[in-house]
Amino acid sequence: MSAPEASAPSDLVYRHRLPTRIWHWINALVLLVMLESGLMIFNAHPRLYWGQYGANPDKAWLDLSSVNEGIPFPGWITLPSTYSLADARLWHLAFAWLLATGLLVYLAWALFAGHLRRDLLPRGDELRPSHILHDIAAHARLRFPTGKAARNYNVLQKLAYGVVLFVLLPGIILTGLTMSPAIDSGFPVLLDLFGGRQSARSFHFLCAFGLVAFFAVHIAMVLLAGPVNEIRSMLSGWYRLPSARGGEA
Amino acid sequence: MIVSRRKLIGIGAAGAGGLLLGGCDRFNDAPAVRDGLIGTEELTKRAQRLLVGDALAREYSEADMSPSFRSNGSVSVADQAYRAHLAQGFARWSLRVDGLVHTALDLPMAALLALPQRTQITRHDCVEGWSAIGKWQGPQLSSILARAGLLPTARYAVFHCADLLDGKPYYESIDMIDAFHPQTILAWRMNDRPLSEAHGAPLRLRVERQLGYKQAKYVMRVELRENLAGLYGGKGGFWEDGSDYAWYAGI
Repeated sequence: MSAPEASAPSDLVYRHRLPTRIWHWINALVLLVMLESGLMIFNAHPRLYWGQYGANPDKAWLDLSSVNEGIPFPGWITLPSTYSLADARLWHLAFAWLLATGLLVYLAWALFAGHLRRDLLPRGDELRPSHILHDIAAHARLRFPTGKAARNYNVLQKLAYGVVLFVLLPGIILTGLTMSPAIDSGFPVLLDLFGGRQSARSFHFLCAFGLVAFFAVHIAMVLLAGPVNEIRSMLSGWYRLPSARGGEA
Repeated sequence: MIVSRRKLIGIGAAGAGGLLLGGCDRFNDAPAVRDGLIGTEELTKRAQRLLVGDALAREYSEADMSPSFRSNGSVSVADQAYRAHLAQGFARWSLRVDGLVHTALDLPMAALLALPQRTQITRHDCVEGWSAIGKWQGPQLSSILARAGLLPTARYAVFHCADLLDGKPYYESIDMIDAFHPQTILAWRMNDRPLSEAHGAPLRLRVERQLGYKQAKYVMRVELRENLAGLYGGKGGFWEDGSDYAWYAGI
């Protein structure tokens, strides 16, 4: 989907199609609301367990109940900013609908439009350890692909997006559902899949921090790769291939 | 009411503006936003009901039980009449069943114990996030309701409790779908002993597919009603009235 060669000196390519761009920005907002309200919900019982049950008398693998007088996540990062489990649940359970339907619609589109196969599925040769190690080394030295090589996602991008799309987002939705006593009655397989409601709650938290870690790396990469070009491409779809000098054109 | 796409987009836009401007709390407190968020609760309830039907909550084995079952909310009752009954082991106490029924009942403990009993080892899930597994025994609510005979207008069972929380009477309510679910019992026995005061003696509602705040303790009276308006805050429960907790607490 590149621009016609004749009409531009063209290192401009059409990189992100409309569904990707819409979903990206909806998700950015939805995940922010989910994280902020989720941290407030965590504040209501800042302990995590493995297994079917887990409460104050039981052994916790993570116990933040003595941090910040029992409210470990401070108001600047929670929704609402002052303690309210009830209000946080209102936001969390309403926006969960947007998260789940957004993911389903996007994955369905990506599958049928060929986006998954063409752009996101790593090619066989990309998965060779030598290739992956080479990409890691190049990223560590902040040497990003230029020219035509920058037209496609590199293997580390594909793997990162794959983990988000197929592990972290489905995982956080399914573990969230496993915390529901009603859903558990209809789908007890969820309890077996995650090893119990308290394990599901722990995985929910770990998935959330997996997404936060992705976000941190994602933002760092956008800043390093040229924030104007990157953000423009996610707004308009058009991306300027970086020149070999590494600077932005 | 099913939430429209427009409403969801509205919530999204409001959320975006609020977060980007750092004015989250302003949006949290805005009535239109709150109404939109609360509006999705009906969708959430219907989705759960549709997905799970009349499925039973998982029942566990004795080996799965929590070594120590946390008590929460009210753990004691100040009411003088209650304390007198507690001291007598509830020997002269009875459960009142009234409202939209053919025959109002006063069921002493002996009558409750004479009804067919159900024993279940289930997981109690607190809205805060913790869980405890315990063993509960008592008559099914359905057998009590059958004895009283429901009038056709009865849509909700309201559980009036002996305790005050933050100075207000605790109460809860469920609809007939949960009232007639086989695992919905009025438990008088927990972990093979009569209920302790901390866990809700003499009777505690077990409605196993909902969160802990629905499991009313110290149940004195079951009232059948056509609607919840006009009762306390009108939202059907202590936490629903006081904090906008969801009335249907399946998730």
